[in-house]
Amino acid sequence: MAAAVRIFLLVLLLLGPGGWGQAEPPRDSLREELVITPLPSGDVAATFQFRTRWDSELQREWVSHYRLFPKALGQLISKYSLRELHLSLTQGFWRTRYWGTPFLQAPSGAELWAWFQETVTDVDESWKELSNVLSGIFCASLNFIDSTNTVTPTASFKPLGLANGTDHSFLRYAVLPREVVCTENLTPWKKLLPCSSKAGLSVLLKADRLFHTSYHSQAVHIRPVCRNARCTSVSWELRQTLSVVFDAFVTGQGKKDWSLFRMFSRTLTEPCPLALESRVYVDITSYGQDNETLEVYPPPLTTYQDVILGTRKTYAVYDLLDAAVVSNSRSLNIQLKWKRPPENEAPPVPFLYAQRYVSGYGLQSGELSTLLYNTHPYRAFPVLLLDSVPWYLRLYVHTLTITSKGKENKPSERSPQPAPPPPLPLHVPQHLSSQGYIHYQPAQDRMQPHLLEMLIQLPANSITKVSIQFERALLKWTEYTPDPNHGFYVSPSVLSALVPSVVAAKPGDWEESPLFNSLFPVSDSSSYFVRLYTEPLLVSLPTPDFSMPYNVVCLTCTVVAVCYGSFYNLLTRTFQIEEPRKGGLAKRLANLVRRARGVPPL
Amino acid sequence: MGLLSDPVRRRALARLVLRLNAPLCVLSYVAGIAWFLALAFPPLTQRTYMSENAMGSTMVEEQFAAGDRARSLARDFTAHRRKSGALPVAWLERTMRSVGLEVYTQSFSRKLPFPDETHERYMVSGINVYGILRAPRAASTESLVLTVPCGPDSTNSQAVGLMLALAAHFRGQIYWAKDIIFLVTEHDLLGTEAWLEAYHDVNVTGMQSSPLQGRAGAIQAAVALELSSDVVTSLDVVVEGLNGQLPNLDLLNLFQTFCQKGGLLCTLQGKLQPQDWTSIDGPLQSVQTLLLMVLQQASGRPHGAHGLFLRYRVEALTLRGINSFRQYKYDLVAVGKALEGMFRKLNHLLERLHQSFFFYLLPALSRFVSIGLYMPAAGFLLLVLGLKALELWMQLHEAGVGPEEAGKTPGSSPPHPPTQGGEHTGPRQGLDGAETGGPHLPGTTAGLHHPHQLLSGLPTGRQHGACCCRHQALWTPAALHCPAGADEPSSYTPGQLVPVAGASGSTALPGRGLAALPGRTGPGRAGASHLRLPALPAAGSGPLPLLAALLERALLEVTEAARSSPRSLLPRK
Repeated sequence: MAAAVRIFLLVLLLLGPGGWGQAEPPRDSLREELVITPLPSGDVAATFQFRTRWDSELQREWVSHYRLFPKALGQLISKYSLRELHLSLTQGFWRTRYWGTPFLQAPSGAELWAWFQETVTDVDESWKELSNVLSGIFCASLNFIDSTNTVTPTASFKPLGLANGTDHSFLRYAVLPREVVCTENLTPWKKLLPCSSKAGLSVLLKADRLFHTSYHSQAVHIRPVCRNARCTSVSWELRQTLSVVFDAFVTGQGKKDWSLFRMFSRTLTEPCPLALESRVYVDITSYGQDNETLEVYPPPLTTYQDVILGTRKTYAVYDLLDAAVVSNSRSLNIQLKWKRPPENEAPPVPFLYAQRYVSGYGLQSGELSTLLYNTHPYRAFPVLLLDSVPWYLRLYVHTLTITSKGKENKPSERSPQPAPPPPLPLHVPQHLSSQGYIHYQPAQDRMQPHLLEMLIQLPANSITKVSIQFERALLKWTEYTPDPNHGFYVSPSVLSALVPSVVAAKPGDWEESPLFNSLFPVSDSSSYFVRLYTEPLLVSLPTPDFSMPYNVVCLTCTVVAVCYGSFYNLLTRTFQIEEPRKGGLAKRLANLVRRARGVPPL
Repeated sequence: MGLLSDPVRRRALARLVLRLNAPLCVLSYVAGIAWFLALAFPPLTQRTYMSENAMGSTMVEEQFAAGDRARSLARDFTAHRRKSGALPVAWLERTMRSVGLEVYTQSFSRKLPFPDETHERYMVSGINVYGILRAPRAASTESLVLTVPCGPDSTNSQAVGLMLALAAHFRGQIYWAKDIIFLVTEHDLLGTEAWLEAYHDVNVTGMQSSPLQGRAGAIQAAVALELSSDVVTSLDVVVEGLNGQLPNLDLLNLFQTFCQKGGLLCTLQGKLQPQDWTSIDGPLQSVQTLLLMVLQQASGRPHGAHGLFLRYRVEALTLRGINSFRQYKYDLVAVGKALEGMFRKLNHLLERLHQSFFFYLLPALSRFVSIGLYMPAAGFLLLVLGLKALELWMQLHEAGVGPEEAGKTPGSSPPHPPTQGGEHTGPRQGLDGAETGGPHLPGTTAGLHHPHQLLSGLPTGRQHGACCCRHQALWTPAALHCPAGADEPSSYTPGQLVPVAGASGSTALPGRGLAALPGRTGPGRAGASHLRLPALPAAGSGPLPLLAALLERALLEVTEAARSSPRSLLPRK
């Protein structure tokens, strides 16, 4: 028996590779990339991107063999008929004002948005199941996504990949601003990588360093892409991104010179053998007039120049597959040295950034204010603003005011009729700016949040203030979180904009360009798409004193019992005058005497 | 409540309120004051304790050691300030940026309601500078504030120096979970108020200010620092804010914890903590502290920059460095360590400070009086007003309701003797009424007494009181007349019928004496009824009845004397 099994296995082993070899070459590929960007503030941002592309129709074909593409996610796509999935887990806040425009920002906490195929009948049910499954995969509290924090944006979140129709009823979007991200979320994310954290760039992903930063954001993006230039068939793309910002003051002990080892306490020793491409890019663009504010060691063999986010950038490129860069005998430890320290200068301000806060004081009402800054000296551009506010802040929509430069800025003044949602980011900005758009979906208590989407034209060199007043609702006592005095989170506003470029970008080959440049589809060379998030807000609600329910119950019961009884008595009883009984012992004695005398008693 | 539904007891209570009003008021007032003073003594003052779990243990190791840096920064600040004559904004911005903060400024101006004579100004304008330390991996939802208010003269430089040195130290730490705002305000409280209003985007006081460019979420707590010397002998903590508002007691407990930990000398209202609670000195000192605190609160004005934060639900206190003539001095490192410890603990907070008391009085730094214990004192003082009001109301009630009731009662109820006899119509009428009244003679007495009752304006029905009143009033004449008619049998002879009259035998005796003289009988009042009364059977049958009557009178006298006669003044309801 045992021999038979052994022979059977041997046959299988022989047949297996042979069968594979006869089929077409592996249809999936991995590209990995690390971009190191010294930030204007002196900090350093590192962005990892791992892209697995799979030339397979996950939806149509029954797929059982997974090679590079993680099976957990592949099955998810076919089971829930997903068209796109975007999940990000973020700890910290990308400070656009000081760090510049990010490649890909994510809101603090957890963000999940998904497009479903048009074959899905019950989108809400699929969405609920999807969030629960993802919650298990990523060890995150995504199961807290329910109807009270899910919205269906009409304009802000368009599919990033291939899409035929954009019927937004198949889109769901939710943010959990309270989610805390830690190593327990990083480990399952790393496990999805083909090389895990054994080789290639992923050896740098050491949790104790990644969580020793100012900003940590990890994300998973799944979308369908064109398989070839003519787009005759569809491939699936999984992008795993991880961005961290190292703080010069904390991590570098005040020194602003960086090296891979200083950042990650690791150096690069070998490429991932499964990777088709494995590169490190270092931003060596000089900002000032004089050349070379930054020096990189070892000197790069090649450089790459392109227009990234509207400005011309130069990158030093290190190809890990090149034996001259990394070999068995040498490891790669890229070092950055500032020739002229960037400190004590106001950093260059990005064209678009935003700030959000709660104004007012007291626990009854308040105001949500969002400041949108357009620092472009002469170009106005439109911004699509999305606000999702929990139901317990009752928005007064009539108080919605938008002011730019002291004048009211009506979002829909150009078209009185509700215009069709401008399909961002695929369409041209002229189309957007020609018409206004505003969409408001009121909240239902304990059912759904407020959704407010507006297309706002930001005048050149201006600050636009969007404010709306709200009233704080009184929750039921079981609806308070375990630490109610901490406050309640309001998820960040989302800004989607086509920001004018300083330098026109050349349309290049999308598949060949570096990963950090191919995240959002570019349709126009004169502007670039940016999605920014504001900070989440913490709002205090009127909170009862939970620490003394016993006292309160006792006091209330006593007061009700005592006061009710006696007041009821007093109010309903009729009083009659009664002859008071006179005297005590003495009177009784006197009466005795009187009786003896024969006199009537008293 | 049974007390109020029982008319007799209610009456007694009302009588008490009316009669003893003034003494009660005085008593209540004195009791209030006494209670208040007693608050300073140990059974009523409790030791403070930390309620907030997140700040519970003091497992924080302070590492601030940059005293030299603080001093040199303070010197620089003073020099720059002297040079520019105002807040050296550029220098502050540069310094804050160099230690790694996000720096913003805010300009403000305010027209004073009346010209400031001492500084010869009508319009105040200034610039606030603040730097935000962004906590790593936090989304700027919560923040703490360390503020240094700078006045027009060059005080508080050391506070600026210490704040900047602390900022530099804090910036290098990894444990911050909340952003920290380092705020330097110009023109003391004006600047603080301008900044707070701009931060919360409200305009309460008509301040004109530029909008803030940087914010850091909801401010959880704030500490204002005032230091004007390189060394301090003690730190004074100020809690009283705008309109007497107080920060949560836990914030003060936190400060006190680090005072003890660092061995700092800390004072409250400029007074040290009393060491000896057993002798009289300790409590006396705490009484002084307590009174000073109440006085400061009553003034309603904020006694430090922290006072303005309280309106925005930000728990705050002011630390004031005092440099007196004591031998032992502390340098800035000690103060900095206390501040570092406080901020690290506040950084641990999960929720806003809410666990401990918001209403309290402080007889010493480590002792407090909770609202439950000091409210009785205020209650006693307020009781005086209540008592007075009650008295007025009752008098009003008497005057307004009396006649109606009086009009009703005689018809419906059995006739009663006039209650006010002694006062309004003299002893005689009272006597007559009493003698004739009672259940025995309904018709006549009612008719007789009706106008009288109207006159008195008081309701009837106080047989009880009437007796007493009459008794007291009658006793004198009776005593006078008795010797005259000492010869009992002889006095009986003309008016055989007289002594029988009274329903109460006690009145019979003096009545007898009076009635014996025909001319003295009330005009057409009692006379007739007297005649109708049956004669005393035992009248002429020897000494025994007399003795019995005497005994009866004595007994009743004892009974009545137990009740004070003036009670009869009260209306009967």
